[in-house]
Amino acid sequence: MAYSVHGPKAVSGGAGARLRRGEAFYLVEIVRGMAITMRHLLYNMFHSSTMPTLEYPDERPEHGPWLRGRHRLMKREDGSPRCVACQMCATICPADCISILAQDDDRPDVEKSPESFEINLLRCVYCGMCVEACPCDAIRMDTGIFELAADSREAFIVDREFLLNNTTDGVNR
Amino acid sequence: MNEMLTELGYTLGKIGFMLAVILGLLPAMIWAERKGAAYMQDRIGPNRASIGGIFRMGGLVHPIADVLKLVFKEDIVPAGVNRFFYHLAPFLVMVIALTTFAVIPFGDALYLGDKVIKLQVADLNVGVLYILAMTSLSVYGIVLAGWASNNKYSFLGGIRATSQMISYELNMGLAVMSLILATGTVRMDEMVQFQGHLLFGFLPAWGVVVQPLGFILFLVALFAETNRNPFDLPEGESELVSGYHTEYSSLKFALFFMAEYANMIVGAAIVSTLFFGGWQVPWLSTDLLRAHAGPLLTGSAIGATVLSFVFTAATWRHYERFRGRLGDRRELEPLILGILFFALGLATLGYVVFQKPWTIDSAMAAHFATVAQIGSFLLKTVFFAWLFIWVRWTLPRFRYDQLMRLGWTTMLPLALLNFFVTAGVVLLVNS
Repeated sequence: MAYSVHGPKAVSGGAGARLRRGEAFYLVEIVRGMAITMRHLLYNMFHSSTMPTLEYPDERPEHGPWLRGRHRLMKREDGSPRCVACQMCATICPADCISILAQDDDRPDVEKSPESFEINLLRCVYCGMCVEACPCDAIRMDTGIFELAADSREAFIVDREFLLNNTTDGVNR
Repeated sequence: MNEMLTELGYTLGKIGFMLAVILGLLPAMIWAERKGAAYMQDRIGPNRASIGGIFRMGGLVHPIADVLKLVFKEDIVPAGVNRFFYHLAPFLVMVIALTTFAVIPFGDALYLGDKVIKLQVADLNVGVLYILAMTSLSVYGIVLAGWASNNKYSFLGGIRATSQMISYELNMGLAVMSLILATGTVRMDEMVQFQGHLLFGFLPAWGVVVQPLGFILFLVALFAETNRNPFDLPEGESELVSGYHTEYSSLKFALFFMAEYANMIVGAAIVSTLFFGGWQVPWLSTDLLRAHAGPLLTGSAIGATVLSFVFTAATWRHYERFRGRLGDRRELEPLILGILFFALGLATLGYVVFQKPWTIDSAMAAHFATVAQIGSFLLKTVFFAWLFIWVRWTLPRFRYDQLMRLGWTTMLPLALLNFFVTAGVVLLVNS
C-alpha cells in the first residue's frame, strides 16, 4: 500500500478522506490544534472549580440510597440483633463470605439468635443477595461505606458487634 | 598570575550561572509539563505533595518528591548488559546537554571599570559549528544506552534515534548555513549583535525575520534532535516500551529524564539565540537601555508593585472562597502566599519611594541593562521550552516512515531551496 507524507491516501472513510490543500500543508492545522489546547489550558486556569475531577478524598462522591456499601446488622428495640440465625444469607451468598453460629435464645418470642456473625469483607462481592434473602430485614447494605482499608487480612473479617455498630451516615460507632 | 585567577573566577561564575539556569529550570519544566498537560486535557494534575502539610504550590513540590523517590530506588543493572557503556550512556547524555550551553551568550559585554566581561562561558570563534557538533553528539548517549542494554526494544530505540538524527541533522545544518549566510558570521555573539539592528527602521532583524523558512525548518529539526513529540520515536512508549531507557532505573533513569528536559532548555536557548535575538531586548539596544535605565527601572519596579498587589488580591480571594473546604492546614497556603506577595509589593513600593530609581548612576545603569538583557534571554528561552511542551500535548506521534519521508522529501528540498535563495539574495545585496 502506498503512503504519502500526509498519511494514508485511502482510509475507510471513503472518497472524502483525501486531505484538503490547506490541511496537507500541516503548519496551519498545527497552529489551530495548538490554539485549541491553549484555549483549554487558559479556560481551566481560571475556572479550575468547573473541572470534572473530584478531589477525593477531600471531596466525597455523592451516591444514591441504592448504593450497596458495607453491611450492617439491624437491632431490635432492646438493642439485640434482629437476626434469627436462619442461615438464609449465608446459604445464598455466592462468595461464601458470611459465617453464622446460632445459639438458643432464652426469650419467649425468639427461638435462635447469632452467637457470632462474621463477614469476610475481602471475599464479599457486594451483590446484595443476603439483603434480599433475609426474612426479617436484619441485614442491610445502606451504610454508604465503600472504602476498604486495613493492615492485615484478618482485620477484614468483621464480627457481630462491628456490624451492629455500623450506621447509615457512613461511620462505625 | 593574579590576572589569570580572576579570569578563572569570572569563568567559573558564568558556568555557575548557566548551570543554575538549567538546573533551576529543570523542575519548573517537569512541573509545567505535568500541569500543562493536565490543564490541556481538562484535568487538575499533580497537587498532592506538600511541604509541612501547608505548601502545595500548585504541584511545584512534586518534582522534588519525584527526584527523592528516584534517588532512593534500587539501581538495577540487568544481566547481560555491556556494563561500561551501560553506565556511561546516561552521563554522556546529560554532560553533552549541559556543555552545549557553553557558547550561548546571555548578555552584552559587561564593563567593570576597565575590565570587559563577555557574558558567554566559551567565546568560540566557531560557536554555531560547536552547537551543531554537540547536538549531533547527544545522540551517542541514546545509541549507547540502546546498544548496551541488551534489549531489542532499547536497541530499536537506539537505531531510530540514529537514523532520525542523520535525517534531521542535515536540515538543521542547512537552516543554520542559511542563517550564517544572512548574518555573515559563525560567532554566536556577533550573530546576536547582528540581530540588534532594525530592518527598514522598525523591524528587529531577528533571525526569524531574515530567515522565516529557515526558522521553521530549524525548529522542526530541533524537535527531532531533542526526541520530543511528534518525533519521540526513540522512546515511543506505545511500541517500544519507552525505548532506549527501558532497562534503566533509579538515578540513571533520572539522568535520562532530566537530560531530555535539559536538551529542551538548551534547544530553546539555541532557537532564541539564533532566531529571536538572544539577549536583545527588541527595539532597545544596549546603549538605549543604559541611557534610559532610570525610567525603565522605575517602570518595572512600579509594574512589579502592581503585580504583587494583584497577586495579593487574587490569593486573598482564593482563601476566602475555599475556606473550610479542606478543613486542614492546607487552607493556610493562599493566606501565607498572599502575605508574602503583599510584603513583596510593599518592598518594591518602598524601593520606588525611597531609593528613587529614576536617579541611578551610569554604573548601576549598565548593570540594569545587563539584567534586562539576561531577563529577555531567559524569557525567550522559557517561551520556547514551553513550546516543546505545548506541541507535545497537541500533536500525535509520527509514524516512522512518515518521519523519514517528511525529513528527506519535504524538508531537505525546502532547506536546499532556502539555502540557494539566501545565497542569491546575499550575492545581490552585496554586489
